[in-house]
Amino acid sequence: MAVAEPRAERGATAAPSPALIEVRGVHKLYTVGSQEVRALDGVDLDIRRGEYVAIMGASGSGKSTLMNLIGCLDTPTRGSYRLDGLAVERLRDEELARVRNRQIGFVFQTFHLLPRTTALANVELPLVYARMPRGERHELARKAIAEVGLSERSHHTPNELSGGQRQRVAIARALVNQPSILLADEPTGNLDSTTSDEIMELFDRLAAAGKTVILVTHEDDIAEHARRVIVMRDGKVISDRQQPGSRAARPTDGGAIEANAEPDPDDEAADAESVVGSGADEAEEVAAVEPAQGDSR
Amino acid sequence: MILLENLIIALSALRANLMRSLLTMLGVIIGVAAVIAVVSIVQGLQNVITQQFQSGGSNTITVVPFVQQGPSLVARQLKLTWEDGQAIRERVRGIEGITPLLVGQATAKYRENQHRPAQIFGVIEDYPEINNHVVERGRFLLRVDLELRRKVAVLGRTVVEQLELGSEAIGAEIYVGNVPVTVIGVMEERGTALGQDSDDLVFLPYDTAEQIFGRLAADRIFLQMKAESAEAVPEVRDGIERVLRERHGLGEDEENDFTIQVQDQLLETITSVIGSVTAVVAAVVGVALIVGGIGIMNIMLVSVTERTREIGLRKSVGATKRDVLLQFLIEAVVLSLVGGIIGTLLGWGIGALAAFLLPGDWPAAYVPWWAVAVAFGFCTLVGVVFGIYPAGKAAALDPIEALRYE
Repeated sequence: MAVAEPRAERGATAAPSPALIEVRGVHKLYTVGSQEVRALDGVDLDIRRGEYVAIMGASGSGKSTLMNLIGCLDTPTRGSYRLDGLAVERLRDEELARVRNRQIGFVFQTFHLLPRTTALANVELPLVYARMPRGERHELARKAIAEVGLSERSHHTPNELSGGQRQRVAIARALVNQPSILLADEPTGNLDSTTSDEIMELFDRLAAAGKTVILVTHEDDIAEHARRVIVMRDGKVISDRQQPGSRAARPTDGGAIEANAEPDPDDEAADAESVVGSGADEAEEVAAVEPAQGDSR
Repeated sequence: MILLENLIIALSALRANLMRSLLTMLGVIIGVAAVIAVVSIVQGLQNVITQQFQSGGSNTITVVPFVQQGPSLVARQLKLTWEDGQAIRERVRGIEGITPLLVGQATAKYRENQHRPAQIFGVIEDYPEINNHVVERGRFLLRVDLELRRKVAVLGRTVVEQLELGSEAIGAEIYVGNVPVTVIGVMEERGTALGQDSDDLVFLPYDTAEQIFGRLAADRIFLQMKAESAEAVPEVRDGIERVLRERHGLGEDEENDFTIQVQDQLLETITSVIGSVTAVVAAVVGVALIVGGIGIMNIMLVSVTERTREIGLRKSVGATKRDVLLQFLIEAVVLSLVGGIIGTLLGWGIGALAAFLLPGDWPAAYVPWWAVAVAFGFCTLVGVVFGIYPAGKAAALDPIEALRYE
C-alpha cells in the first residue's frame, strides 16, 4: 500500500501540498428504527498536513460521525474521502484496518486502555497489529512513552495511573506508529481542568512539532488551542475559520504567522525545531523506524 | 508472531478470570481425566496380557483336561496323560515341540531355609523352546536327565532368593518334598503379572515329578506344544482333537473331555473385551467433551460481551476481523487445551492410584502416547468448534459501536 511517511517528507514539500484529508460531498445516513437520520449532509473539507484543527458542534451535529469517517472507522454513504490520496470509501475491511493502523492515531475521551496491561504494552498495541518484531516494538513504545513524559510509569497498569497519566499513555499509543493524523475525541472530557491543561499543552507541542492534530470537542476553551476551527450543525459545516491568536500559535510563532494566512510548511518545520527540543530526536526516530516499517508492509 | 501474541493474551485472560476459567474447563477436565484413567488401567492390563502371551508365542497350543460346558461330564473322570502327549507327538504333523506340564506344589528346602509351597513343573527338555523361557545360568534339563531319571532341578529366581542360594545355586543340593535334587540351572527372570509370580517355579524332569506327586497327578496333566508356524495351528489343533477323541474313546455325540487353548484366540477375546470397554468409555467421554465444549462456548460469549470495548479499541488501532477472530479462537482452544492437560495429569494420577489400590498385583497404569495425542486433538477440536461462534461474533463487531459499548 502506498502510504507516504508523513514526517520524513515534511521538510521537502515546500510547495502547497495536496490536502492530506480530502472530503467531498460526503453524506452519511443511518436508519434508526423506521427513521432515517442524516448524520452528515454534504460535507466538503480539506485538511493539510501539519494543520491543528478543532471540529466543534453540539451533540447530534455530526462531528462524531465525521471523526469516525476521517478515522476510517466508517465509510460514507455517498461522496468521497481521500486520505493521503487513497480513496478510503472503496476500501475493504482489512484495508481500512491497515489504514487505521498506519495513518491514524486515536485518542478517546475514556482512554480505552487495556486493563491489567502495562502502559508499555498498551502503547505497543498498534505495533502488534503492524506485525512488528517484539524488540523493535519495545524500543518504539519506550520512545513514545518518553515523549509524553511517562517513562517512569511505563510498567504500571492503568488502574495504577491517574486520569491524566492514562490519557498520556493513550496519546503515546496514538503516536507510536508515526501516524499522519492524531485524532482526539473529547480528549479532556474525563479530566479536571489542571490535567486538561497539561494534556492540551501536549497536543499543542505535538502540533507545533508538525503533527496533524484534529480535536473533536464541544468546549470552546479546548477548541481555542487549535489554529483552525470547524463548526458543525445538522450534519453540515457551518463555519470554518483560522484562529490567528490560537494558544498553540501564540507562544511559538512570534508573529511570523499573519492573520488568515495559510500555515507555511517551512515555517512550521522551523518552529518545530526551535520550540520543541525533541524535534531532532524525532527526526532520527523516524529514520530509525523507516526500514522496519518498510519490511512489514 | 501474531499467534504468539494471541497466546499471551489468551493466557493472561485465563489468569485474570482464574476461577471462572477453571469452572469452565471442568467439563473438559472430567472428560479427559476419565478417558486417560480408564485407558491407562486397561492399557496396563493389556500390556501384561500381551507380554505373557507373546512370551508363550503365538503358535503355542495348550491342552487341558477341562470341559468348558455341559454338566453331564462333570462326574466323569477327566484324564489327560503324557501318553496322550506322546501319541500326539507321533501322529500329528506340524508340531515342533511338546512337553507335559505336571503341576504340583511342594516345599523346597535348602539347609535351614524352607520355601513355602513352591510351584513345581514336571516337564521335558522341550519346555524352554515352547515357552520362550530360557535358563540364565547353568543349563536346562536335557534328554539324558530324563532318560536316566536324574534327580536334578532348574529353579526360578524367586525360589533361588527364598532359599538364599545366591551365587552358589548351581550344584546345590536341595529338597523338593522329600526328594533330594541337584540344582543345575536358574531360569531367566520373568516378573510378576496379575498376582502370579512367574519366577516362583521349580522345574523337574517329568518322571521325577511323577515320582513325587504320584500317578494321580500324572493323570491330570497339561500338554503344551508349539506348532511349526502360526498358519499350522488350525491343522495341528484338528489333529490333536482327532487323536485325543480316539484315545479317550469318545463317541460321535460326546463332547470333548479336554480343551485346546490357542493363544491367539484368547488374546483376541481379551483384546475385543478391552476394545468394547474402551468404546463405552469413549462414548461417555464424547458426551463429557460436548458438555465441556458448550461450557467453553458459553464463557467465550460472556467474555466477548465483557470485552466489547477492548475489541473496539483493537480494531481502531488496526486489528482486522481475522486478528480478532484468531484472538478469541485461540483463547477458546487454550481454555480447552489447558483443561485437557489438567485432565491428562489428573487421569494419569487416578489411573496410577487405582492400579495401586486394586487388590492383587494389578499391573501399573500405563498412559500410551496415542491416548494423550487423541485427548489433546479432541480438546483442540472442541475449542475450535465451540469457539468459532463467539470468535466470529467478536470479529463481526462494528468498531464504533464496540467503542461506545457500556
